Amino acid sequence: MWPELGNFALILALCLAGLQAIIPLVGAQLGHDRLMHAGRSLAMGQLVFLALAYAALTLAFLGNDFSVAYVAQNSNETLPVVYKFTAVWGGHEGSLLLWVFLLACWTVAVAVFSKSLPKEVLARVLAVLGMVGVGFMAFTILTSNPFDRLIPAPPDGSDLNPLLQDPGMIIHPPLLYMGYVGMAVVFAFAIAALIGGRLDAAWARWSRPWTTVAWAFLTLGIGLGSWWAYYELGWGGWWFWDPVENASFLPWLTATALLHSLAVSEKRGGFKVWTLMLAILTFALTILGAFLVRSGVITSVHAFATDPDRGTFILGMLAVTLVGSLSLYAWRAPKVGLGGGFGWFSRESLLLGNNVLLVVACAAVFIGTIYPMALDALNLGKISVGPPYFDAVFMPLMLPLLFLVGVAPSLPWKQGDPMQAVYRLRWPFAIAVVLGAAWPLTVGAWNPLTALALMLVAWILITTGVDIVRRLGRRQGLGARLRGLRPSFLGMHMAHAGLALVAMAIAMVNTYEDERDVRLEAGETATVGGYDFTLLDVDRIRGPNYDATQAEVRVTRDGKMVDTLYPQLRHYDSQPEMPMQQAALNRGLTRDIYVSMGQHVGGGAWTMRLYYKPYMFWMWIGGLLMAFGGFLAAADRRYRLARDRSAVSEQQVRADQPRDFQEAQG
Amino acid sequence: MTPKILLPFAGVLAVLGLFYLGLQVDSRELPSPLIDRPAPAFELQSLTEPDRTLTEQDFIGEVALVNVFASWCSSCWAEHSNLVELERRGITIHGLNYRDERPAALRYLRRGGNPYTHIAFDPRGDAGMEWGVYATPETFLLDANGRIRHKHVGPLDAQVIREEFLPRIEQLTAEAAS
Repeated sequence: MWPELGNFALILALCLAGLQAIIPLVGAQLGHDRLMHAGRSLAMGQLVFLALAYAALTLAFLGNDFSVAYVAQNSNETLPVVYKFTAVWGGHEGSLLLWVFLLACWTVAVAVFSKSLPKEVLARVLAVLGMVGVGFMAFTILTSNPFDRLIPAPPDGSDLNPLLQDPGMIIHPPLLYMGYVGMAVVFAFAIAALIGGRLDAAWARWSRPWTTVAWAFLTLGIGLGSWWAYYELGWGGWWFWDPVENASFLPWLTATALLHSLAVSEKRGGFKVWTLMLAILTFALTILGAFLVRSGVITSVHAFATDPDRGTFILGMLAVTLVGSLSLYAWRAPKVGLGGGFGWFSRESLLLGNNVLLVVACAAVFIGTIYPMALDALNLGKISVGPPYFDAVFMPLMLPLLFLVGVAPSLPWKQGDPMQAVYRLRWPFAIAVVLGAAWPLTVGAWNPLTALALMLVAWILITTGVDIVRRLGRRQGLGARLRGLRPSFLGMHMAHAGLALVAMAIAMVNTYEDERDVRLEAGETATVGGYDFTLLDVDRIRGPNYDATQAEVRVTRDGKMVDTLYPQLRHYDSQPEMPMQQAALNRGLTRDIYVSMGQHVGGGAWTMRLYYKPYMFWMWIGGLLMAFGGFLAAADRRYRLARDRSAVSEQQVRADQPRDFQEAQG
Repeated sequence: MTPKILLPFAGVLAVLGLFYLGLQVDSRELPSPLIDRPAPAFELQSLTEPDRTLTEQDFIGEVALVNVFASWCSSCWAEHSNLVELERRGITIHGLNYRDERPAALRYLRRGGNPYTHIAFDPRGDAGMEWGVYATPETFLLDANGRIRHKHVGPLDAQVIREEFLPRIEQLTAEAAS
């Protein structure tokens, strides 16, 4: 009964979304208050019904209702209860349900926290979100309904993919979807601005916190995915340039560009048209990601079970989004107008440089991802583009970007003085060069590219520190000084420092990681990166739904005990022919030690992979810093100080506008 | 509408058209020209013994799989343990190491085990072109006379092995024995 109720709730939510896509929009055009206000109630209703549908699917999992096809495919009797909750989004159909549920959450959040939006703007934003909701819910119901019944019901389900039975996987998809769905909100703001023909500093100030929060979620999602791949796939890698990883990375790159372009729009009223374009592009890339992952055009370890109908449907959504918003853009963008001018050496010009580099990087990754498919589609034969391509094009774009990160934040808007900047930054530059050149020597042999990367890392960290100290000023008392720092300012520097830490970890681990494949018998020892690994024993153990062979490996350094690690080779009951490696790690500030179990090679001997991974810890810390920098910046008081305008119409706001712009510049 | 805006439009339409074409091409479909034809000729270094030259004749003689792989291909890792398992069950597997670097490929084999009898090293994808390789991983099934009898694009998971390969291998082995 529950699955039918869930299905019914999902269909009702679709109907409400359909109304939400039309009624507020009509209201905004006619200036009809009650129609505009309907948007909020419709969004609320949508959330209630989607929550109901989501709960129904969860109940089907908890109750082992294998007459629901999706449950039968992704769960079984012995699956631990916590994974029954997470299996709800472990497959294609359920992950879409989670997606639309999160979209409804964001929509309600926009409706609730939008006191500073004029009613027309809010009505339009909610209408666009309604359209997005219609698209995704129709997709779910028509091509991928999680409530489809399986008659007759099998006695037991197959299983949740063992790769996904892991704590990292519990939160990775929701975070990623939070990011994707947040980009839909940003897109809705952009479309609302185009419909209204109004884009000014106030608009930028409304959309900036939403963009920043969505970006932070996307950052967390990608970081967590990488973290999961690092220990779960058992290959010691953390990024593979896999099409599915790229699918999440593409919108991240344009969203990062958008954050910076929005800063110019808010503070200087510039880059307006470009900002809109980036918002549209970012959202389109999230749909493109869904297309790549769920249509089967690309083979990948991550790919969901695929179906050409789904591909066609998503492609249709992508086409409607792009053609629709570009037409609107062509028609309305000239109305939006250009911003103030700026000199060649100013914060604007460097942010422009940032935007160009990020968009070019995005284009390069995009080409590498779809090129093989494009050649195939045009019958020109097939090629595969591997990490060599991505490494070759991506790094040269990122190094100048890192350099700009050190310069731009302390530069004045409009017109900077190059000589003064050189004078001010000469010491940080000199220190960064020396530090960067010496740093690699603490880990291993000197390498010019690593030294260059570390110089840039030191450069960002030092200039960030200098800028914060400068902003602290000479006020009396530490408390007063700290209060002088605005969250948006601190958040920006936190995110930049996080980026520097990630770059540091990448440079270090790519240059100095050490790995060995060894054959060990009980009592034998192998050495990697100065650590001695001794295989003590191999046991067979029984997990909740798998049998495992578990090795006990003692790690020592110079005779001193470091840790005892227990890597496993798991045979899940549902697919005993496909063993899964469960690596064991000892994480540290300056290095990770990583042991992964290979095969039984006769007698008491096993192959083992031993890794020494310097500075990996900082990759995760850097990612967290970036995301939390984003959350901190979005929490800035200035976004919340705006007056309650929910009863105010656009015309009145427009009359207020000159003063508004002054505030923004102040 | 200004001409400037036409440019993104054209780009978008081109990309969408491409995706539409991409959807039509089922990358797992069998390329008919090669099925039931003799294995295409090649002459390449052996991956494991650089001094030795391998030709298609080294792959021929018994019912065998020819697996196209590369160390940079994540889908290859996914299927690798299955290949090792197949080899343990006595099925001959030859490898075509596609557009790879020798040290990386050797490291790949040390890690995951080496299920291959012979491995041809094809850094420029020459043989790959002859064999009509679309993307890694790909697996061909050769009969004892060296004819290609089946081809699968994408990783060999348990289901593919069970349904596409094992019955065919059994049948071909029986044919060869009779």
